[in-house]
Amino acid sequence: MKWVRTNLFGSWPETVATLLILWILWKTVPPFIDWAFLDAVWKPDSKACRAGEGACWGFIAEKHRFILFGTYPYELHWRPAIATLVLIGLWVFSAFRVFWKSWLALVWLAGLTVIGILMWGGVLGMPYVENERWGGLILTLLLTTFGLAFAFPLSILLALGRRSEMPVIRGLCVGYIELIRGVPLISLLFMASVMLPLFLPSGVTIDKMLRAQIAMILFATAYLAEVIRGGLQAIPKGQYDAAHALALPFWRRTYLIILPQALRIAVPALVNNFIAFFKDTSLVLIIGLFDLLSTVKISLHEPAWTGFGVEAYIFASLVYFVFCAAMSRYSKSFEHQR
Amino acid sequence: MIEMIKVSKWFGLFQALEDVDLAVARGEKVVVCGPSGSGKSTLIRLVNRLEAHQRGRVVVDGVELDDDPKTVDRVRREVGMVFQSFNLFPHLTVLENLTLAPVWVKHVPRKEAEETAMHFLARVRIPEQAAKYPSQLSGGQQQRVAIARALCMRPKLMLFDEPTSALDPEMIKEVLDVMVELAREGMTMMVVTHEMGFAKTVADRVVFMDGGRVVEAAPPAEFFGAPKTDRAKLFLSQVLGH
Repeated sequence: MKWVRTNLFGSWPETVATLLILWILWKTVPPFIDWAFLDAVWKPDSKACRAGEGACWGFIAEKHRFILFGTYPYELHWRPAIATLVLIGLWVFSAFRVFWKSWLALVWLAGLTVIGILMWGGVLGMPYVENERWGGLILTLLLTTFGLAFAFPLSILLALGRRSEMPVIRGLCVGYIELIRGVPLISLLFMASVMLPLFLPSGVTIDKMLRAQIAMILFATAYLAEVIRGGLQAIPKGQYDAAHALALPFWRRTYLIILPQALRIAVPALVNNFIAFFKDTSLVLIIGLFDLLSTVKISLHEPAWTGFGVEAYIFASLVYFVFCAAMSRYSKSFEHQR
Repeated sequence: MIEMIKVSKWFGLFQALEDVDLAVARGEKVVVCGPSGSGKSTLIRLVNRLEAHQRGRVVVDGVELDDDPKTVDRVRREVGMVFQSFNLFPHLTVLENLTLAPVWVKHVPRKEAEETAMHFLARVRIPEQAAKYPSQLSGGQQQRVAIARALCMRPKLMLFDEPTSALDPEMIKEVLDVMVELAREGMTMMVVTHEMGFAKTVADRVVFMDGGRVVEAAPPAEFFGAPKTDRAKLFLSQVLGH
């Protein structure tokens, strides 16, 4: 009671704000609960959905496999399902500091091999599935994983290059960053899907997924480089003095002294960018790849199920939210330890 | 050990050093003093090329410093340096701070580097702090770690750039004690400091700088007893006057 009085009704403005918020909650929460749970239709029956007042979760029940796995052959869905779990497993495993040993790279290599075999097939009696048909959650996760795995080290080099004392290197890095930051990701994806094939010698083709992946890496690299540069600039000059005085050569100095401090400073901004990048992968929809969000959109095209967009997008949002929340929670543990 | 001949240095249009001549012999302890902005820090930073001179010659242990990174590297391996703001690596423990350069620069086996580190931590009287991070130590302790870190590279020459200026008064003594001990053992030292007591007891020679020039250089008894120039007299009256 005392807590309520001091914190919610401590002064006139506070009392007004509290009452206003209570009123808004009263007007929104009960109707939402009615809609989402009490009046909801759970059976995958579109007629019952149209007759009913509440949410149509039957739509998700009916379409969840298409949303999660896209156009991957229906009877082979167990393969992307396991691949998705393996990939998530790799991330969770890597989150534990005790496993940060050199053999972690081998674990990833093994994990990615398993994922590749599962997704493509063509061996062990599994039918071959071309990657034009990959889609849904696994596509989102793969684009993010490979995108960050390449973009992050490249962005460190780019950030270092931008601070280099050699004018040519510095100029190239600044030019690259400004050029890429100056265009929207969508236009880069269009360029990758439409223009890139024009420049390749005839006969050479790079598949669409790889082209999209390269465009996303180029894009993320420029943004992450600026974040890391921010971290580098925060390092006091005395740290460089001390490293110089101890005769540490450039790469040792960078790797042992400068980067560990700079990256730690940059963690909040880096995670911000990682999360943005994870969600930006949904833009591959415009060049005809079916990631998680695209599959949601397509599943709404079926005449029987048009009009249940809210439920579909709530479902997609929840999936995105779980991953983003996990990333942001995990990053907190970095900020607090020295 | 150090030989500077007609050394000049500019920062943009500002001339920080003007035709400085200075020689430091092996085993000699030289204290550099002077008002702020007189160029003493710049002078000491030339010795391991944290700053580059633009005219004249700087020769350290027989190696003349130039733009070649190899030359610079050779000199830096032989010269230890202690800074006003300690400049310990905050993300590493005290022990890691001490073993980093020996392991990565001199390729000393880690075990041996750690033994050396513990030896020097004992010398600066804080062996019990080895596992802590710099931010958990007092300023005086941090500066003693910084001295130990430099010593772990087994330098032939130690540079001190105002090592006690950032310390609370009660911690100055513990750092100066370590430096006095080091001097007694015969280390060649070049020290920029305002601690005139330290200069009187330890220095073989006091170099007084003003306006980027060496104005006076004399043994402490002579310098403190009978300064020749008015600028040195004024400076001494200011630092000793209270």
